[in-house]
Amino acid sequence: MLNSIHPPGGDPANAGARSSWFKYASPQTFYPLAGSLAPWFAWAAAILMLGGLYVGFFVAPTDQQQGESYRIIFIHVPAAWMSMFLYVVMAFWAGIGLAFNTRLSGMMASAIAPTGALFTFLALWTGSLWGKPTWGTWWVWDARLTSELILLFLYFGFMALQAAIDDPRRADRAGAVLALVGVVNIPIIYFSVQWWNTLHQGASVSLTRAPTMAATMLTGMLLMALAFWMYSLAATLLRVRSVILERERRADWIGQYVERPA
Amino acid sequence: MTWNSLNDFLAMGGYALYVWGSYGMTAVLAVVEIMALRARRRRAMDELRRARGAPDGSMR
Repeated sequence: MLNSIHPPGGDPANAGARSSWFKYASPQTFYPLAGSLAPWFAWAAAILMLGGLYVGFFVAPTDQQQGESYRIIFIHVPAAWMSMFLYVVMAFWAGIGLAFNTRLSGMMASAIAPTGALFTFLALWTGSLWGKPTWGTWWVWDARLTSELILLFLYFGFMALQAAIDDPRRADRAGAVLALVGVVNIPIIYFSVQWWNTLHQGASVSLTRAPTMAATMLTGMLLMALAFWMYSLAATLLRVRSVILERERRADWIGQYVERPA
Repeated sequence: MTWNSLNDFLAMGGYALYVWGSYGMTAVLAVVEIMALRARRRRAMDELRRARGAPDGSMR
């Protein structure tokens, strides 16, 4: 290597020390990767959603107790799962960014937040529309509903905090602290139906016992859950690309991606 | 098949408001998010072009 100024493998600024895993931790390599992955996830989401809607409306039978109103669960339960799962993933990336000072991690966290908030709102909205005919009320301050509402405020708080701080790296760190503290709410949501006497029913699906619903209902729900998962991946990847464009404005490499006005 | 006609399907056994209110909001928010994603990308590109001083983006 004595005769070479630039070590092999490109970027002389941080050459050598990085393993191939860390390669994808740089916005420069992740930007095109996210761009080529997003359409696949979007198509998967569309196809799974069509399948889920077909099963949910045309294969799954009418519920004996709840009639047709139960069909709301095909979006309610997957949306509630995604609301919690996305929060954990967001807090994970925020925490990684805080610990290792990796720029892309913070960008991922802020790219996940709006989609997480969307699914949290949908879980509350659809739950309310299910609760009215089933319980006779739009809302009740039981532990499950209240902790899910707190989750929505955590997402909003995370986004508002980040928006309020001009320096993106400081915004990432402040957001990370909030996101990590808020993680305590996730087990509270999940176990609330066991820990407290809630109006909200217990888990419909469990890994440890046989499902209490018809197989076709379960199929519809799992298809919708997969669809929401793929949708979240597509939306997050597309959003993180914009975040990268916004934050890496002055980086040389980004010049090749500047598109002509449409 | 649960439904005998389109009207039967739309009526959702008397729960139309609740079922379609749920699916409708989901569809509306998905469309809103997709539009917001496009708008954000367009804004970021415009800003990038402005910051780099080339009206058509061809710089360097």
